[in-house]
Amino acid sequence: MSFYGIVDGSESSLKHFLAQLPGVDQVGVDARAAMLATRSIKTSSKRWAIDTAISMVDLTTLEGADTAGKVRALCSKAVRPDPTDSTVPSVGAICVYNDMVAIARTHLDAIGGKHVPVAAVSTAFPSGRASMEVKIQDTQDAIDAGAAEIDMVIDRGAFLSGQYGLVFDEIVKIREVCGDRAHLKVIFETGELVTYDNVRKASYLAMLAGADFIKTSTGKVAPAATPPVVLVMLEAVRDFYQMTQRRIGVKPAGGIRNTKDAIKQLVLVNETAGPEWLTPEYFRIGASALLNDLLMQRMKMDDGYYASPNYVTID
Amino acid sequence: MASSKKSSSSKTAQRLEVKKTYKLYINGAFPRSESGRVYEVTNSKNGFVANPSLASRKDLRDAVVAARAAQSGWAKATAYNRGQILYRIAEMLEGRADQFANEIVLASGVTPKKAHDEVLAAIDRWVWYAGWSDKLSAAFGATNPVSGPYYNFTIPEPQGVIAVAPAESFLALIDAIAPAIVSGNSVVALVPGSAAIAAMTFAEVLATSDLPAGVLNILTGSHDELAPWAASHMDIDGFDISGIDKKKRAELKVAGAENLKRIHNFDGAVSPTRIFAFMEAKTVWHPIGV
Repeated sequence: MSFYGIVDGSESSLKHFLAQLPGVDQVGVDARAAMLATRSIKTSSKRWAIDTAISMVDLTTLEGADTAGKVRALCSKAVRPDPTDSTVPSVGAICVYNDMVAIARTHLDAIGGKHVPVAAVSTAFPSGRASMEVKIQDTQDAIDAGAAEIDMVIDRGAFLSGQYGLVFDEIVKIREVCGDRAHLKVIFETGELVTYDNVRKASYLAMLAGADFIKTSTGKVAPAATPPVVLVMLEAVRDFYQMTQRRIGVKPAGGIRNTKDAIKQLVLVNETAGPEWLTPEYFRIGASALLNDLLMQRMKMDDGYYASPNYVTID
Repeated sequence: MASSKKSSSSKTAQRLEVKKTYKLYINGAFPRSESGRVYEVTNSKNGFVANPSLASRKDLRDAVVAARAAQSGWAKATAYNRGQILYRIAEMLEGRADQFANEIVLASGVTPKKAHDEVLAAIDRWVWYAGWSDKLSAAFGATNPVSGPYYNFTIPEPQGVIAVAPAESFLALIDAIAPAIVSGNSVVALVPGSAAIAAMTFAEVLATSDLPAGVLNILTGSHDELAPWAASHMDIDGFDISGIDKKKRAELKVAGAENLKRIHNFDGAVSPTRIFAFMEAKTVWHPIGV
């Protein structure tokens, strides 16, 4: 088997390819991410950025205490984030646990939200500690229930102990299960990968194995989507596009709680991967609290005074 | 050159004075203004006094976020505990009374005697308001006679986040803050002009007290700049405008109407009604057993 003519999927070819990737200049990446974070965004651009960010939010609830009612409420919010303002766009997707997919899909269809896809976290999220059969079944269940996007976690233990072939094979197998029915997002849990070099390696591993999106974190581990990590991943998708002409999306998740953070992410995208990535098709932000802050900032821009959390939903 | 000759000839070595950088007090920390601006405090006798931070509307926004986050925890503390914490602050004010008096003299040019009296009055006022914490429900609450087998209680509860804009003096600041926080509100104080000097020393007292971070936030600068933003801010529940120019009060009341903000001016009143002004009555019905 050949993947883009770059690797053949064997342990040795992967090791060889990943070893020849240039190392990440940690100080340089930190400095560049910090520099881009200081960009000042002025009024009209900010308005555009807020609406764009709303359309990129993967509105997420991944709690053990999730109920069908909470998922339905979140779906309603996904379709019409601000019930008093129809000019607010729908969010990018709803992201829930496997067993909530059918509930979310049914409710979205019922309330005129056919255009909002449901993403399911899969492969024994968030730890990824299960047998391959269980992971495949997990994914199959989600797709059968109507998930159009699968957020899988990689086996970090295998990755950190250098078993790249194992990680690669898992992604390939889940890719096969997804087929044409679902987009595949691969979660690295960058907080556990420790170094930027590992993030770069994991990015290439996932892209070569057929990921449609690469995603930073589960949201269960801190640090999560820090700007330098996202910068490294954006560089990877940009370079991968030049190598293969295939555009992979990026999804930072975890720790992006306010509008300022979200706009910093958009600046990173524009300056690193390029404006082609500034669409919900290629960039998503996994978040829950972020949406309320975006809505409050939007209200502030419209009304001219500071908004209150009392006027957005509690979720 | 003249002064350096003088210092080399004098027996004690001359030293450089360590000047204080005046910052803001938000969420238990001392950040500079987000805008980076400062303003000059001078007085006719002493000339230049200091450069306090000139708070911007974004500092106000940050302070309100901190105040909102801190409020529920502060309100949940027992009345006894709130009183104790405020009393502890009074103990520290007492220890620093001379420093406050010196700063008031420096900033406003009043006589040392007057300044000292003002500080002692402020401390007494603070203790007096602190004492009200566990008496509020008795003073303002009620058991209401109702026609039915019910106990009917009315209990005063803190409103939430209160902004205060006191006049340009230390006593006015204490007068505005104490009644607002004693009931369990959190406060954003907008301190004008030369009052910033003593206010930031007061913030140092707060920072070393047991008052939870965010319950009291102090912004220094201009009422003209900050008060309209505070009045229209949807997440501020009440606004004490006692220190605002009379001609500008009506405008603020209009701006505050959007979220039904309670906007009061007390004009120097010292009364428990100042506490109750920023509390709301909650009524509970409880069935009497068969």
